[in-house]
Amino acid sequence: MHRFANPGRFLRFADRVLPWCAALTVLLLVPGLYLSLFVAPPDYQQGESVRIMYVHVPSAWMALFVYTNIAVASAVALIWRHPLADLAAKASAPLGAGFTFLALATGSLWGKPMWGAWWVWDARLTSVLILFFLYLGHMALMNAFDDPARGRRAAAVLALVGFVNVPIIKFSVDWWSTLHQPASVLRLSGPSIHPDMLWPLLLMATGFTLFYVTLLLVRMKSELIAARVRALTMLSAEQAGPTSQSLT
Amino acid sequence: MGGYAIFVWPAYALAALVMIALAVDSFRQLRAQRRALQRLEAAAPPRRRRDAAAGNGDQEP
Repeated sequence: MHRFANPGRFLRFADRVLPWCAALTVLLLVPGLYLSLFVAPPDYQQGESVRIMYVHVPSAWMALFVYTNIAVASAVALIWRHPLADLAAKASAPLGAGFTFLALATGSLWGKPMWGAWWVWDARLTSVLILFFLYLGHMALMNAFDDPARGRRAAAVLALVGFVNVPIIKFSVDWWSTLHQPASVLRLSGPSIHPDMLWPLLLMATGFTLFYVTLLLVRMKSELIAARVRALTMLSAEQAGPTSQSLT
Repeated sequence: MGGYAIFVWPAYALAALVMIALAVDSFRQLRAQRRALQRLEAAAPPRRRRDAAAGNGDQEP
């Protein structure tokens, strides 16, 4: 972990790994989409609407996975002051927010034909909505302060405080009586879903994960270059002399 | 789609839209930052090297 605290080393690592991540993303998503839409069987109860599962479940898994990453990165940033941990959290938040929105929206599109409702205030849906607000709050705090370091710290604290929501989301379908169905994949007794559905689902989930990793690397590169740009800008302002300084 | 097309296709379209938008935004930001860095480095390359050696907190490549 501390090997990559050096931004230059991380940038070189990112440059090497990025093309592979991007290629793998495509290699997983293209067959994943084909299987999900045309090969996987319809459900005996839900018919063809079950195909929404192949975008809804990976989005939901990513929503939780990315938030967990942000929480871990925030802890690392606060405890060890690792310079890249803050950047990883900042870079991840919009991606996680996007996946959470997708989980909610595709869930709605699935709920309308299956439950007869676009939305219900059951424990799973409500706690995921709260997760979405936590992401937005994280992004807002990150940008709310003139001093970026304060923003990063505030956002890190929010991320950690909000992490309690992640196990609540996961176990909501067990702890409360919910309209949302219980777990069919990540269960102690193993997946209850048929392999003909499980494999396309796992393909899509891995594709979504690599998609996130690819964009995370891209965004972290941007952040590192932006930091260098800020440093050079401040430097040239200093060189020009005190009368010309106009930095906020 | 057994009558469910009006729900299934918009779900996939929305997923594609959001994910493509995130990708476009990410790469666009990267390009903008790279361009800004190029402009700054072109404006004062010898200065940068001198001050980087002076250890003023600038990030080493």
